[in-house]
Amino acid sequence: MNSYRLTHLKQLEAESVHIFREVAAEFENPVMLYSVGKDSSVMLRLAQKAFHPGRIPFPLLHVDTTFKFREMTEFRDRMAREVGFRLVVHTNRQALDAGCEPCGYGTQKCCALLKTQGLLDALAAGGYDAALGGARRDEEKSRAKERIYSFRDRFGQWDPKNQRPELWNLYNARHNKGESIRVFPLSNWTEQDVWHYIYTEHIPIVPLYFARERPVIERDGMLILDDARFPRRPGEAPRTLMVRFRTLGCVPCTGAIRSDADTIEKVIAEVMTARHSERQGRAIDHDQDGSMEIKKREGYF
Amino acid sequence: MDIHSFFASDERKDLLRLLTCGSVDDGKSTLIGRLLYDSKLLYEDHLAALERDSVRRGSAGGDMDYSLLLDGLKAEREQGITIDVAYRFFATPRRKFIIADTPGHEQYTRNMATGASTADLAVILIDARQGVLPQTRRHSFIASLLGIRHLVVAVNKMDLVGYRQEVFERIRGDYFDFATRLEIGEVACIPISALKGDNVVTPGPNLLWYQGEPLLPYLETVHVASDRNFIDLRFPVQYVLRPDLNFRGYCGTVASGILRRGDAVLALPSGRRSTVKAIVTHDGEVEEAFPPMAVTVTLSDELDISRGDLLAHPHNLPRTSHELEAMLVWMDERALALNQPYLLKHVAGMIQADVVGLRYRMNVNTLHREPADTLALNEIGRVALRLRRPLAHDAYARNRACGAFVLIDRLSNATVAAGMILDREPDESVPEHRAADQPRSRYVRPPPSLVTPGERASRLRQKPCTVWLSGLPKSGKTTLAVALERRLFDLGCQAHILDGGTLRLEISRDLGFSGDDRAENIRRAAGVARVCNDAGLITIAAFVSPFAEDRHRARQIIGAARFLEVYVHAPVEVCERRDDEGLYARARRGEIPEFSGVSAPYEEPSRADLVLPTHELDVATCVEQIVAEMRQRGWIGLEPANLGR
Repeated sequence: MNSYRLTHLKQLEAESVHIFREVAAEFENPVMLYSVGKDSSVMLRLAQKAFHPGRIPFPLLHVDTTFKFREMTEFRDRMAREVGFRLVVHTNRQALDAGCEPCGYGTQKCCALLKTQGLLDALAAGGYDAALGGARRDEEKSRAKERIYSFRDRFGQWDPKNQRPELWNLYNARHNKGESIRVFPLSNWTEQDVWHYIYTEHIPIVPLYFARERPVIERDGMLILDDARFPRRPGEAPRTLMVRFRTLGCVPCTGAIRSDADTIEKVIAEVMTARHSERQGRAIDHDQDGSMEIKKREGYF
Repeated sequence: MDIHSFFASDERKDLLRLLTCGSVDDGKSTLIGRLLYDSKLLYEDHLAALERDSVRRGSAGGDMDYSLLLDGLKAEREQGITIDVAYRFFATPRRKFIIADTPGHEQYTRNMATGASTADLAVILIDARQGVLPQTRRHSFIASLLGIRHLVVAVNKMDLVGYRQEVFERIRGDYFDFATRLEIGEVACIPISALKGDNVVTPGPNLLWYQGEPLLPYLETVHVASDRNFIDLRFPVQYVLRPDLNFRGYCGTVASGILRRGDAVLALPSGRRSTVKAIVTHDGEVEEAFPPMAVTVTLSDELDISRGDLLAHPHNLPRTSHELEAMLVWMDERALALNQPYLLKHVAGMIQADVVGLRYRMNVNTLHREPADTLALNEIGRVALRLRRPLAHDAYARNRACGAFVLIDRLSNATVAAGMILDREPDESVPEHRAADQPRSRYVRPPPSLVTPGERASRLRQKPCTVWLSGLPKSGKTTLAVALERRLFDLGCQAHILDGGTLRLEISRDLGFSGDDRAENIRRAAGVARVCNDAGLITIAAFVSPFAEDRHRARQIIGAARFLEVYVHAPVEVCERRDDEGLYARARRGEIPEFSGVSAPYEEPSRADLVLPTHELDVATCVEQIVAEMRQRGWIGLEPANLGR
């Protein structure tokens, strides 16, 4: 066997680093979406690697719905301090002032306003021509067809039937003013690769991923964290259970799973033997047939 | 088994990127579903110990999602977005896999080319009831065009033909009859039933007559690492890092070859030299970097190097030129516009480029070359490009990373074509066997001989060679050949003439004058010349040979070291005036179709070893120029002592 070979993880890392550098070299004003989740944590590390010993040459953008877990906000601010990146936080104040919130508006409408519209507003406000995101092709069936460079029109919309062919590692960054490109450096990573990388690289992640006793409410078949910011429905009573979160979103829409995986090793062991796809804990993917694709067409990441 | 040892074993895995092609009816979804599902089971077997040790499953334990997976694929079809490549992922205890899943019907060429560009291996599905179809040929051709060196032909639905061996053998025979014309390193034929699971992961009881490995074990063990080029260092500078005044680093991904600390390097196209001071990564400095590592290089000299420069070893440089010959896969609704600027994106930068010539279009079903004015969506052809700036590049066949490019439309910004650069620098040695056009039977070998080439050369007092005279009809090739043969004979050499008449009377009597037939005729001529050279003779080959590609192939077949390309040049008016047989007149009346110089192109040799303007020089002068060149090369007129090597 040739000694000049890279492990699959190092190959994926190299591919991602290449993409980060390509974006920094070819776009005028790129930004990296930072959702505070584990994929964002991997993205952050890869961005550090790509520009070492320099600093990350673009800002990180967090679209804050204000309904995120408190631990996420704390973690975000700590990372910004420790790594030293420029953090831009955007919130759709207009929608919030109009009373938008998930319990009253329903997840579809709330997501459309606070996440999708919030993101589009933030991208427009910053004048960003490229937005790096942590989406992976193994996450969901419509993402399996997404390009690494995903072209968006003036309205931030994705046209799945008219994607640019993408060959070798020759990415087409050309766009007109007002148009932008979403770039997904983790396209070829699987969930397991992400965890494996977090493990071998000792990448810090939000503690919500680890099992702990937490107060939860059982609602529509999901375990929702009991948070003082959100009213309970009649008849709901919190229980304290050993739970953790497989993905992180807004508190009322993100289900916890029963687990006693309280270390990175246990979490990974659990993830790798679980047969349910990881987004199953997310309410938004299931609220409508083909819902992810529809959200993506509208501009959702 | 704990998590540490699991990752330790996971760490050792490499990554195989493969492409699956076939129509809906070939059972591709079923095969992929089975691979994903069965390998997951395998994987979970592997993990079972781990699971017992440390895991209590969280939410309601799911059941198998094999059917879900297939439903997912169906749903995509209904949504109408199948006309695209989908990427799927799975792992086994031995390897990680990324499948580029390309639909076989609509947009096949564009999608297949996209999927194939990053794949190491292609799985081509054949329905056992249907056998080898035009689309099988199409898929195989595109895979070979995109440089895939490993092909697996999965003969599926064996259950529907009663698992009969003779059905499989017939399909395999048909396939090899065709595939020997393609440049693919390794072809494996495997009978399977994706639906029933026969021979996908395990042999199963129905195909016991099949001696080879089932599909998945084959995919797990096929050796692809040697496909990478570790010889020619190419480091395209992607991004210049200047965090402070003390550090100037060049970021990039090693495209090929090995970069070591202390190496002397040359930056192209600027031609500046320096040495590698350090190879920097976030995880510390390293002594060497190889593909596909992404690193940052510092040099010992302050050079003005920027994105678009390419670092190489001074003794092994890529070709740098304004002109390229390439195969193009056209991918846009708007057809190729000749002599209009496009943007060419290559690993070493973006350059404005014009397509200045379309040599031919390839019929992907028949593999015939056809004359064409343009390339439409999903068409493939050979083109000549002229670039505004010189580009450092390699031939795609030798170096995938430095031989690939895409064309981008300047107005729409669409990616309109994928390009593969062709080799224009012939190999200097006499080839052991012909790399292109493998013989149909894999058991063919040249005859053994107890006489060495050196012994022949000593006996005949000449080094065998081929003087290839190319030029328009009536440019003077035959006249020259006859005079040269006489002159060489008088000098004591053994020479003979090989021309169109000789060949078409016997060996090529089945051929006409279409582009394909001409190419085949030239291939046969080169084959005969090679045999004569191997026998020690000097061959004077006089052929119109209007296409550069055919002449190039002749040079490869015969061996560049003993090939002299002579362009017998006379303006077409002069040739026409000399034409006492009235060939030009008949061609102009349309009585002789595809007549070079009149109704078919003649591609002037751009790199001929000798150009002889026969309208300016007399025959004797031309002959003396050739003889002088042959002496210069040491082919004739040497003492016996110098002939043996």
